[in-house]
Amino acid sequence: MTGVIERARTLDEEYGIFNALAESDDSTGGGRLEGVAVSVKDNICVMGMETRAGSRVLEGYRPPFDATVVKKCREEGALILGKTTQDEFGFGTFSVNTPFKVPLNPHDRERSAGGSSGGAACLTSVADFPHLALAESTGGSISCPASFCGVVGLTPTYGRTSRWGLVDYANSLDKIGVMGKTVADAALLLSVISGPDEYDSTVSQAQPEDFTEYLQNDVEGLRVGVPREYFGEGVDTGVSEAVWGAIKGLESQGATVKELSLPHTGVSLASYYIIAMAEASTNLAKFSGLRYGLHLPLEGSFDDYFSRVRARGFSEEAKRRVILGTFTRMAGYRDAYYLKALRVRTRVIEDFKRAFEEVDVLAAPTMPVVAPRFDEISGMEPIQHYMMDVLTVAPNLAGIPMISFPCGRVHGMPVGLHLMADHMGEGKLIRAAHALEVRG
Amino acid sequence: MSDQWTIDRGLVERISKVARLELTQDEVEKFTGQLKVILEAFRELDDVDTEGVEPSFHPQELSNVLREDEATPWNWDPLENTEHREGRHFKGPRIQ
Repeated sequence: MTGVIERARTLDEEYGIFNALAESDDSTGGGRLEGVAVSVKDNICVMGMETRAGSRVLEGYRPPFDATVVKKCREEGALILGKTTQDEFGFGTFSVNTPFKVPLNPHDRERSAGGSSGGAACLTSVADFPHLALAESTGGSISCPASFCGVVGLTPTYGRTSRWGLVDYANSLDKIGVMGKTVADAALLLSVISGPDEYDSTVSQAQPEDFTEYLQNDVEGLRVGVPREYFGEGVDTGVSEAVWGAIKGLESQGATVKELSLPHTGVSLASYYIIAMAEASTNLAKFSGLRYGLHLPLEGSFDDYFSRVRARGFSEEAKRRVILGTFTRMAGYRDAYYLKALRVRTRVIEDFKRAFEEVDVLAAPTMPVVAPRFDEISGMEPIQHYMMDVLTVAPNLAGIPMISFPCGRVHGMPVGLHLMADHMGEGKLIRAAHALEVRG
Repeated sequence: MSDQWTIDRGLVERISKVARLELTQDEVEKFTGQLKVILEAFRELDDVDTEGVEPSFHPQELSNVLREDEATPWNWDPLENTEHREGRHFKGPRIQ
């Protein structure tokens, strides 16, 4: 598959896809992924391949081990192709928050590929060789770029896949998931990577399923709920129409559709950002310039050295989140921000649990708009960046599985349909998205 | 949340010390303004009634799984990625 690496290099020059690329084909073949190139988001460790999670603070870090999900792909015969571009540590919605390459949208290079798994989605769209992507989501980082680039992005239930070897962002939210050109692609890769792992004590003990068994083209009797808060203010009319078109498609194939309410959708955004930033600010404390990554001369005291390394190694968004996250955990503020956010999260989870007593899957737009242009993004304030995630953070707070499926175009750009199911309900998502895919 | 906390440069400088993250004066200025806007927006959580609601530290109940405490072979060198080593040790900055 040496030709694939060369081809990937060319695509990288055109679209800004890789932070590191394999030098040679060391795949063994002989498994479910024989002949398939698997790309890996930069925040997932690949043995011997520079792994920076889009951050300068990890410059030069070559993990001495493979993340469990990478190891599983190798064991199935895949070629581990390279590390895909992303926002630093996953801190972003457009993959622009990084000192390294910014991936471009394959449908219009003046637009964002989405974030934070932007490189993964871009490559999934433009690859003209057998390819699957390992990506990661904390608050929507698989669904968003999948939507903007017009590919399938599947975020599994929290705990479905091992996170051993993931450069973590927020431990109660991070999930490693998959992207592919088709639902079958995504189902195959999820089947390979899910399941218990002795190195990850937080992973579910549910045995791995063969998710390709759900590719049945059958949605007869499937109960689809449409949360009205997901079609409110700020959602582009064209996006709403495309998504409703897909929902009607499911109905015409035998699904039943009903509208319902998830009342805490709006406040999920503040709850998510407080929790994510609080957890990120503690996770980032380990980057101290001693054991790996960026090193500076050992001058000054302990605190001076750490403060300097981190000032040099983090870019602006990471600094902002460390400051905000530290603030919300500080004595005197913790109850009002951090604990309050965790209580609101309980409310958000209750909304979903109530909904799933009535329906099998929820259907909504993945993102409120199509991929924005870079000149629009550069004029946005941080709070406006955060608000773009308003439709993806709630299911991520609840840890439920979700799939973004391309369901049409508006202004020439892809639109994503977001399907969500209860915990461990990936099969239902695959079943519904596959029926739409077959229908075409 | 009450208005007793003022978000100002002094607070941001204090946080940066706690977080061990050196900020330039420009960054302090910029983050102070942004913090005000962002925290003000986050206050919409005040409108949610959470009386008697337990905080969710995790999205669902997962119990930690532990393996037997048995030594297994370790085939990589923890020192291979550091530039600050002395013999078989990491070398750190001075502790004051």
